[in-house]
Amino acid sequence: MTDTCDVLIVGVGGQGVILASNVLGEACLAQGRPVKAAETHGMAQRGGSVECHVRIGGTLGPLIPPGGAGVILAFDLLEALRYRHYLAPKGRMVVNRQMVVPTSAFMQGLAVPTVEEALGKLQDLDLCPLDADALALEAGSPLTQNIVMVGAASPHIPLSAEALKAAVKRSVPPKTIEMNLKAFQLGRDAAASCR
Amino acid sequence: MERRYSLGNEAIAHAALEAGADLVAGYPGTPSSEVIDILRVQKDRELHVEWSVNEKVAFENALAAAWCGQRALATMKHVGLNVAADPLMTSAYTGVTGGFVIMSADDPFAHSSQNEQDSRCYAKFAQLPCLDPASVQEAHDMLIDAFALSESLGIPVIFRPTTRICHSRSDVTFGPVSSDHRKGEFRRDPRQYVVIPAHTRILHRKLDEKQPLVVKAIADRGYNRAEIRGKTAVVAGGIAAAYVQEYLPPSVSFVKIGAYPIDPSWLKDVIRKHDRVLVFEEGDPIIEEQVLQVAGTVPVRGKKTGSVPLEGEFSPAVVASILAKEGLIPQDAVPVPGKSVPDLPPRPPILCAGCMHRATFHAMKRVFRDGIFPSDIGCYTLGLQLGAVDTTICMGASLTVGSGISHSGEPRDVVCTIGDSTFLHTGIPGLMNAVYNGARMTVVILDNRITAMTGHQPNPGTGETATGEPSPPVSLEAICRACGVTFVETISPHDLPTMLDVMKRAKATDGVKVIIARQTCVITARKAGIRRGVYAVDPEVCTGCETCVKFGCPAIEFRDEKAVITGLCSGCGICAQICPSGAIGKEVKR
Ligand code: SF4
Ligand code: SF4
Repeated sequence: MTDTCDVLIVGVGGQGVILASNVLGEACLAQGRPVKAAETHGMAQRGGSVECHVRIGGTLGPLIPPGGAGVILAFDLLEALRYRHYLAPKGRMVVNRQMVVPTSAFMQGLAVPTVEEALGKLQDLDLCPLDADALALEAGSPLTQNIVMVGAASPHIPLSAEALKAAVKRSVPPKTIEMNLKAFQLGRDAAASCR
Repeated sequence: MERRYSLGNEAIAHAALEAGADLVAGYPGTPSSEVIDILRVQKDRELHVEWSVNEKVAFENALAAAWCGQRALATMKHVGLNVAADPLMTSAYTGVTGGFVIMSADDPFAHSSQNEQDSRCYAKFAQLPCLDPASVQEAHDMLIDAFALSESLGIPVIFRPTTRICHSRSDVTFGPVSSDHRKGEFRRDPRQYVVIPAHTRILHRKLDEKQPLVVKAIADRGYNRAEIRGKTAVVAGGIAAAYVQEYLPPSVSFVKIGAYPIDPSWLKDVIRKHDRVLVFEEGDPIIEEQVLQVAGTVPVRGKKTGSVPLEGEFSPAVVASILAKEGLIPQDAVPVPGKSVPDLPPRPPILCAGCMHRATFHAMKRVFRDGIFPSDIGCYTLGLQLGAVDTTICMGASLTVGSGISHSGEPRDVVCTIGDSTFLHTGIPGLMNAVYNGARMTVVILDNRITAMTGHQPNPGTGETATGEPSPPVSLEAICRACGVTFVETISPHDLPTMLDVMKRAKATDGVKVIIARQTCVITARKAGIRRGVYAVDPEVCTGCETCVKFGCPAIEFRDEKAVITGLCSGCGICAQICPSGAIGKEVKR
């Protein structure tokens, strides 16, 4: 199958990375496509770096090889740098222009790149940076930034917007559906300017 | 039939419902915990679900239900099976009447474990069948079959998914939940259930006599199969089979192993059809050793030849590069990683903002400056980053390692830390032993009333059962006193002066002292709707001394030479108590 697509979603524990990957998985189910995904649980949930692999159309193992991801969704710039080697040569990275500085870096006084430096280290990629936090606030809650990111990635993912929206409805808490659908659309619109 | 996008453990939990499980017992442990976490809230089938105090307890509860003819499941992580190894070995002798499945979730790469042990070794050791799924769907289907297999052979079956099965997701087909309920009935038969020497010798022979039936039952099920396609064969077990299939060319034979014991005559027949064999399996070289036994002159490559790594977990990239090195696929079929950025600051997991453990460790480090800190397994193991964890080996070992150090003649203060759930799991015998044998140490029980690290499961201290029924909360104070400890003090870690004072008194007291540091876990408190006022730094007063930054709370950042408290603050107030300039205070609502 030529239209399999490997999507890597990375971020910081607590940012809703797993929920974002569930939206893709549910959308696959809705479109009758096979899917495999792998996620970090356990210790990494305590504010650690989190990665979710989603293989749309996948029928074998759940892990994406480095250099194999068609799309990377990075919820955090530092994590974008950490996982950029997973991007396939023709892949695209959708990145939130924000960085959570690791607490250990403050404690130990480690050098942390600035937002501009980090973006500079990603310039050679097909990059779509957006301010997901601001768009999430616009949608109604900072917690919707994961769905903003899914929306922004949606034009590059071989799943229909309808299936993705239906998956958002299935995956988020019922009270937040409207907000999250708005977040999806804001992300999708913001990414349109990236082409 | 229903199609769902499901987590591995969710599929396993549903399979238990489909198989008609009557009793499920386990102790939380990554990556196994979600199975019971799902079963304890589901409403589709009535069954007895419990979080047991430890894995041995869970195992024996489930075993007894199977003796009474019910279908029983015991869940645990791989190292939990060490705790349950005592009943495991003899349960193979006694056998079962109802189906008994032991889920022992392995963790290659030790993502969240103290070792990478392989549960398949236990299956071999105990002479029990073992099922080793390669995908979420297979995990689901195998678990259902495991009950039938156990019943047909009359022995327990080990089910061994790995992290990449338990914590991966896929589209899965579920069947209907069983409506068959069995009422347990104990059939008295001392020759089977009382393993005195005269009985057990006979039971051992019966188990040995059963082995050919076990081999045949596994062979008949088709979990082990071969596609003969050329003169070279790749043999792969568990999830490695999925990785291999991604790259294997059609001219190479593919042998998939999903269940043990492997029929030796079948294996011999398959292997001898080839000139060369390569074996992939995570964990120990179990398939490889069996292949070597039947290979004759056929060369076998794998862990023992250094072709395949002995440690860690596989990935498509690892498997592809080995296949290329062995000349089975061209080098350009191996995925090439993109450019990476060197020297990035790491982002390890960290104790939550406001976690009681951080405050307790802070006080410990201040009072016991040159102390030795044996610790245990839980969120608080992250105290390593704060210099407050010197040893961790297995559940409950903080107390026993502590008393051992104190008896060794080491003159420094020994201060052990152990969580409430871990203390109840295997800590109590160590405490009793320390008092009995005259150790000198301070024990800090980090009591947040929940089993936090594995996802906030209730325990006997919580006051409710796995299914939410109220239960009498055990008194840690009463347990410690009953063990013979006279210095038992309970404090709140959010009250730093009192905590420092009690620790100083413990330091000045001889013998075994227990301090129970009690405060609700931040996450459970938030879920319960408990809100404390948050704190803020007054930038006019802050001198930029970084005392609070070194405290290591994730809500404290340092920008432009001043500390800043972010939205992550959960209001423990410790930073305000340690700031030397008094720059931190409760945020005033505008
Ligand atoms: S989950 Fe609870 S116990 Fe664990 S680090 Fe967070 S606050 Fe502490
Ligand atoms: S009060 Fe201080 S130490 Fe406690 S959670 Fe807030 S910022 Fe962290």
